[in-house]
Amino acid sequence: MAISSQTEVTPVRFGVVVFPGSNCDADSHDAVRSFAGADARYLWHKDTDLGGLDCVILPGGFSYGDYLRCGAIARFSPIMNAVQRFADDGGLVIGICNGFQILLEAGMLPGAMHQNEGLKFVCKLVNLRVENNGIPFTTGYERGQVIKVPIAHHEGNYFIDQAGLAEIEANGQVVVRYCDDEGETTEASNPNGSLGNIAGVCNREHNVFGLMPHPERVCEEIVGGTDGRGVFESIINAVGAKAAAR
Amino acid sequence: MSATNQKPAYELLGLKEKEYQGICDAMGREPNYTELAVFSLMWSEHCGYKHSRPLLKNLPTEGERILQGPGENAGIIDIGDNLAIAMKIESHNHPSAIEPFQGAATGIGGIVRDIFAMGARPIANLDPLHFGPLEKSRQKYLLEGVVEGIAAYGNCMGIPTVAGEIHFEDAYEGNCLINVMCVGLVEQDKILRAKAEGPGNLVLLFGSTTGRDGIGGASILASAEFDETAQEKRPTVQVGDPFTEKKLLEACLEMRDKGLLVALQDLGAAGLSSSSSEMASKGGVGIDMDISKVPLREQDMEPFEIMISESQERMLAVVTPELETEALAVCEKWDLDAVIIGKITDTKRMRVFLGDELVADMPVDALVDDAPTYIVEAVRPAHEVDDPLPEDHYRHPTDLNETLTTLLRSPNICDKRWVYEQYDHMVQTNNAIWPGAESAVLRIKGRQSGVALTTDGNGRRCYLDPRRGARAVVAEAARNLSCTGAKPLAVTNCLNFGNPEKGEIYHQFREAVEGMAEACLAFETPVTGGNVSFYNESFGQAVYPNPVVGMMGLVEDVRLVQTPGFKDEGDVVLLLGNARPAADGSEYQLRIHGEVAGRIPDVDLEMEKKLQLLVREAILEGLVKSAHDVSDGGLACCLAESAIDGGHGAVIELASSQASQGAGDQRSGLQADQRPDLLLFGEAPGLIVVTVEEKNLEHFAQLAQDLPAHVIGRVEGDRLVVQAAGVEHINIPVAQAAQAWGTALETLIGDVG
Repeated sequence: MAISSQTEVTPVRFGVVVFPGSNCDADSHDAVRSFAGADARYLWHKDTDLGGLDCVILPGGFSYGDYLRCGAIARFSPIMNAVQRFADDGGLVIGICNGFQILLEAGMLPGAMHQNEGLKFVCKLVNLRVENNGIPFTTGYERGQVIKVPIAHHEGNYFIDQAGLAEIEANGQVVVRYCDDEGETTEASNPNGSLGNIAGVCNREHNVFGLMPHPERVCEEIVGGTDGRGVFESIINAVGAKAAAR
Repeated sequence: MSATNQKPAYELLGLKEKEYQGICDAMGREPNYTELAVFSLMWSEHCGYKHSRPLLKNLPTEGERILQGPGENAGIIDIGDNLAIAMKIESHNHPSAIEPFQGAATGIGGIVRDIFAMGARPIANLDPLHFGPLEKSRQKYLLEGVVEGIAAYGNCMGIPTVAGEIHFEDAYEGNCLINVMCVGLVEQDKILRAKAEGPGNLVLLFGSTTGRDGIGGASILASAEFDETAQEKRPTVQVGDPFTEKKLLEACLEMRDKGLLVALQDLGAAGLSSSSSEMASKGGVGIDMDISKVPLREQDMEPFEIMISESQERMLAVVTPELETEALAVCEKWDLDAVIIGKITDTKRMRVFLGDELVADMPVDALVDDAPTYIVEAVRPAHEVDDPLPEDHYRHPTDLNETLTTLLRSPNICDKRWVYEQYDHMVQTNNAIWPGAESAVLRIKGRQSGVALTTDGNGRRCYLDPRRGARAVVAEAARNLSCTGAKPLAVTNCLNFGNPEKGEIYHQFREAVEGMAEACLAFETPVTGGNVSFYNESFGQAVYPNPVVGMMGLVEDVRLVQTPGFKDEGDVVLLLGNARPAADGSEYQLRIHGEVAGRIPDVDLEMEKKLQLLVREAILEGLVKSAHDVSDGGLACCLAESAIDGGHGAVIELASSQASQGAGDQRSGLQADQRPDLLLFGEAPGLIVVTVEEKNLEHFAQLAQDLPAHVIGRVEGDRLVVQAAGVEHINIPVAQAAQAWGTALETLIGDVG
C-alpha cells in the first residue's frame, strides 16, 4: 500500500447512500463533485463497507416510499449498521431531508418528525440562521448568518420533549433555525411548525448532522443560489484539518 | 334478469354492431369472450382513435430535429451532442373527476412510464389543469385532491413539477381537465423503443402485480360521457404506488445502460392487451403469452381480466434468451416482481395461453390498426360568429384601478404559489428559471444550453373560434418560450373535447386540429405525439374545446435566460407588436362583463415569428432585461405582473402616435385613442413587453429594424402608473397589486395560513 505524504492533496471522499426511493442522491453526488478537493461515490443500501470514506451523506427522497413513517424502514437497511459504526468511530455523517428523518428513526440524532403543520408538502426557499458554526458542517458560515436554502418535505415539523430540548440547546446541538430576512425566528418564518423553529440538529459529539433544508440544491448560481456550498466546504475543511493534524 | 343483461356482449363492452362484424371478419370466426374483451378495448375511442385518426393526419410531424414522431410511447427531439429530449402529454380527466387524488396521481404515473419506456430519465413534469369555479365546494375538493395527487406521485419519484397552468371556469364544472406532461433526457444512442423483434426472444413482465383494479379504467372512462352513474365508476380508477414506479424507473434505466433490452413498453390503458399487441405490431411479429405466469394480486382472475387489467406500475420488455438472467437480476436488485410470460413469434398473431390451454388467438394488425374510423358531419355552432362584438357593446368601467385589481385577483391570473409550492419543483437541481415565469428553463448539466418548457391552453378562445383559438395557443406557447430566450422546437398536444359523435363537437375538433397544424407549420414546431381526450361532457354539456399544447425549446446559453420581472430602475419599457387588443374572449369580458361571446382576433403568424425571433436574438445578445407577453388580462395585467415580479414600479405613457427612439414611426396597432379599458385589458396575440437598459436602446432598435417596437415608459418608483393619450388611467402601488395578486388563490380556497 502506498503511503501518501500529508501535504499531498487527497480528495475528501464522500459516500452517498442510495436507498430504494432515494431521489436526491444524484443531486448530492453532483454537488460534492462541484468542489475541487472532493470526490463522491454511491453506496447501495445493502453495502456494508464504508472503507476509505471521510463523510457519508444520507440524501433526500422517499426511501421505501416513506411507507409506515418517513425513514422508519430505511433505518433497517443493512448499510445503517455500518453508518452507525462509522459515526461511532468519529466519521462525519450528514442527513438531508429524508436522510435527517432516517437519522432520527435510527436514534442517531435526537427528536422526531411530525407532519408539517399545514398538512401539505412545502417546497420553497427559506431563510436559515446558523446557530452553531463550530461543528464540522458549518465552520464556513458566520454565527448568526442568515442563508437561503430550499425545503421540500411533507414531514419536517421537528419535535423533541422539554428535557431533550433543554439538552440539545445547552449542548449547541441546534445548528440551524428557520428565520425571517432579518434573522428573527418568527412564527411566520417557520414553514412547518417545527419546535423552536429548529431546522437542523447534530449529535452530542457534533459529527452527525441532520437538516430538513437542502444545501445541495443551492450550490450553483445558475440554479438560484450558492448558500449551500458552505456546508460542503466546511466538511472538506474539517476533513483536511483532521488529516493535517494526524 | 334486467333488460341490459339481454344486450349482446359486444354492446355491453361498448362496441357497435358493425364493429362487432368487423371483428368477426378479421378473426374469420366469432370471437370468444376474452378475445372480444381485448378487441373492445383496442377498438375503444381511447386506444383506437376512431374519431380523430383521419384529422390528426393533418398535423405536421416531421422535422430535422425530430428523432421520433407520433406512434411511440413519446416523441423524441434532437438537442445536439448526442442528447435528446423525450416528451409527451396526456389526459387523466375522467379518473380525476371521479377520484381526484388517485386519478391525478396515476396520470403522473402513466405519463412518466411513457418517458422512461423510451429510455429517457424524466427531468420535468408540467400539469395544465382546468376546473369549475372555486366558489363551488366540489371544485375545491377536486383542486386539492388533484394537486395533492400530482404532488404525492411526482415528488416521490423525484421529478420536479416545473410548470403548467391552472384555470377555473364554468365549462369545466362537471368535467375537469387534468392533463399531465412529462419530459425526459436521453443519450441518443440509448433511446429505447417499443418495437418487438426477433422471434424466439422472451417477453418479460415486471413491476407490480396484476389485480382487478382499473379493469377497463382508462379505456372505458375515456370513451364515454359522464352521467349519474359516474360515481359508480370509482372502482375503475386505479391506485398508484410511486415508490414501486421509482424502482421501476431505476431498474429500466439500469437495464438500458447494461444493454439488456430489445424493446420496452409500459402497461397503460387496456393493460397487457395493448402493450403486447402494440409491441408486436411495431415489429411486425407475433407474440405468445402464458398468462398463468402473471403474478396476481388476487386469486381466480379470469383470463380476460388479466389481459385488460390496468394495474399500475408494470412494464413489458423483450429480452434475448442470453440476457434473461441478467435482466431478472436487475429486477431482483430493485425488489420488483419479474417473470418471463412469453416469447416473440413470427406468426403476427397474439396467442394467449392459460397454462396449456389456448384462450385467445387474434391477428395483431387487426387489433392495433384496424379499428374503424368515423367522419362525422360537422356543424358550426350558433355561438361561433363572424364578427367581433362592437366596442360600444361594453359598458365603460368607472375605475380602471379597480378593474386591474379585480383581474389580478382572478384565479386565472393570480399567483399560483399555493399550487406549485406543493410540488417539489427543484429536485434534480436544474432550474435556471423557477415556476411562475413565462416558462420553465432547465439547464443541462455539463452543457451551456438549456431546455425551455411550457404548456398552454385557452378553451374560452377556442370556444369562440376553434381555429383561431388553436392558432393562438400554439403562438402563445412559442411566445412564452421565446420570452425566455429559447427557440421553440417541438410540440406535444392534448386535445380535450366533448363527444365527437356530435356534429358541433366534431366541427370544433376539426377546426382546432387544422388551426394547430397551420401554426405548428409556421413555427416549425412539429407535433411529436400526444393524446386525444373525447367525451369530456357531463349530462350532455361539453367542456370548452381545449387543445392544450406542450412545447419545448432550446436555449443556447442558459446563463442569458430572461424572466418577466422588471429588473432595474431606469430601464426602458418597450412594447413589441402591432395587434389590436379586443375584449371578446378575454378575461376582462368574463370577469367584468360576465359574458363569453363575439369573435377573437386572429394571430398574425408571420409577424409573430419575426417578433419572437427579435426577442430571442436580443436576449442572447444580452440586450433584454425582462420579457413578458401580453396574455390574460391584457397589457395592464402584463405590466402589473412584471412590476410585482421585479418589485419595481413603472411609468407608462401610451401616446396616440407612438415614437420609439431609434425606430420611430407609426407601426403599432396599439392606439392610445382606443377605449382605455379595451386598450389596457383587451387581449390579442402578438404583443410582448420587454425592458432594455437605456444604453442598449439603440442597439435594440437596430435589431428590431422595421418591426413594431415602441418605447412606452420606464421602470421607476414603487407605483404602476399608466397613461394613455395624456390621461392617467392606472395609478396603483406595486405592493397593493402584489397583495391582490399574491393572496387571491389562498383566499378563494379558504386556506389562509
